Amino acid sequence: MNAETRPTVRLVRSSVGALAAMKGVFARDMKVAFRQRQDLLNPLLFFIMVVTLFPLGVSPEVSFLQEAGAGILWVAALLSVLLSLDHLFRHDFDDGTLEQLVLQPQPLFLLILAKTMAHWMLTGLPLVLLTPILGVMVHLDGNSIAVLCLTLLIGTPVLSFIGAIGAALTLGLRSAGVLLSLLIIPLYIPVLIFGTGTVAAAAEGAPVGAYLALMGAFLVLAATLAPFAAAAALRISLSNG
Amino acid sequence: MHIVHRPEYGALMSEPLLQAVNLHCERDTRTLFRQLSFSILPGTVTRVEGPNGSGKTTLLRMLAGLNDAWAGELRWCGAPIASQREEFLRNMLYLGHRPGIKPLLTPLENLRALMAGRRPSPDAVLRQALQGTGLAGFEDVPCRNLSAGQQRRVALARLLIADEPLWLLDEVFTAIDAEGVKALEALLQQRAAEGGAVMVTTHHDLALPDMHRLTLGAGEASDER
Repeated sequence: MNAETRPTVRLVRSSVGALAAMKGVFARDMKVAFRQRQDLLNPLLFFIMVVTLFPLGVSPEVSFLQEAGAGILWVAALLSVLLSLDHLFRHDFDDGTLEQLVLQPQPLFLLILAKTMAHWMLTGLPLVLLTPILGVMVHLDGNSIAVLCLTLLIGTPVLSFIGAIGAALTLGLRSAGVLLSLLIIPLYIPVLIFGTGTVAAAAEGAPVGAYLALMGAFLVLAATLAPFAAAAALRISLSNG
Repeated sequence: MHIVHRPEYGALMSEPLLQAVNLHCERDTRTLFRQLSFSILPGTVTRVEGPNGSGKTTLLRMLAGLNDAWAGELRWCGAPIASQREEFLRNMLYLGHRPGIKPLLTPLENLRALMAGRRPSPDAVLRQALQGTGLAGFEDVPCRNLSAGQQRRVALARLLIADEPLWLLDEVFTAIDAEGVKALEALLQQRAAEGGAVMVTTHHDLALPDMHRLTLGAGEASDER
């Protein structure tokens, strides 16, 4: 290990800006995810399976599916996001990259914001992209499918942000799965109600602007506050770990 | 008149970089250390010693700010760390038990990601650092295909390009071969000569002249030179 000759040690005055550091975190998470594609496929397969099994298990009647379709898709999307949450910080915690993340000089909540956005791009966004196909499968009409996609597009990042708090809180625990679900599900319920409510309103021909605005407010609230809470929870989990 | 001044940035410093005053830490009702005070001066290597379970790792994690369950005061360049956390983090490099290496990424990608939040460096520099730790030819092999020692060396490559004045190194010699240990010893010594400060925990016998020792015992702690 031959070090290059360096000048005398000085105090470091400035470091990389927060935006560049966020980009670094985002890029690494994306790269790691694409090296392990089966982990990416799991939530998607779950989503497809649940939506496919419902008509088989309950009723293949067109009228039933038209009525329940949006709800089925929303519940399936919610559960598949929930399934993927444990991975959000777990691997980083185990291999020590999380320690290094916390020790970066940039504000931790911004780095977590970047991590959570990467998580959404890898789980929530593919679900939204799959929704039109599955929507046709459950006989939703074009207008309902469009509104459903829009609600999922606004709603799934909320699920990721809220989920990040739970994932950070349960990080130090050995079997975090059940506790994570118990903590997070109550917070997911309003998102689910407004998500499916929007589609129901659209199906009846009512204006959906107010619903979407409210969901947008959820997203703003989650994106601005959840990273702070998750950062605090991460520090606690690391302190005990 | 007594002038209290903080060391000028860029100037060679003689004041302590890091000061611990009356540190007290308990873990699971056991007192690891109480009234532990010490100073870390620039240009020194300090070895934290003590039997297993005496709190070496806990102490380093406390100093790095990863562990909050302690009482006492920590100062960086004379001012409490709590009031200048960002400043402190910029100037401190911590390597822990877990090397912080992603098994799915290559050594080069890992090093690039680790430096991205501190001082992004061109790939040529990163490759040179990896070669410097004996990883020539392995730069683009996924880390999960490397041995434990080689993975550790990826983390150690940071030391060759790090510019942080304070290094906190927890058991960094683990899984490193005899030759690597020698090279790392030389690196630490060179770092001290350059004016850096190093705190290290290890069970290896370090052959460094004028190394400071900080001994933690069962519930007792003493600071020796």
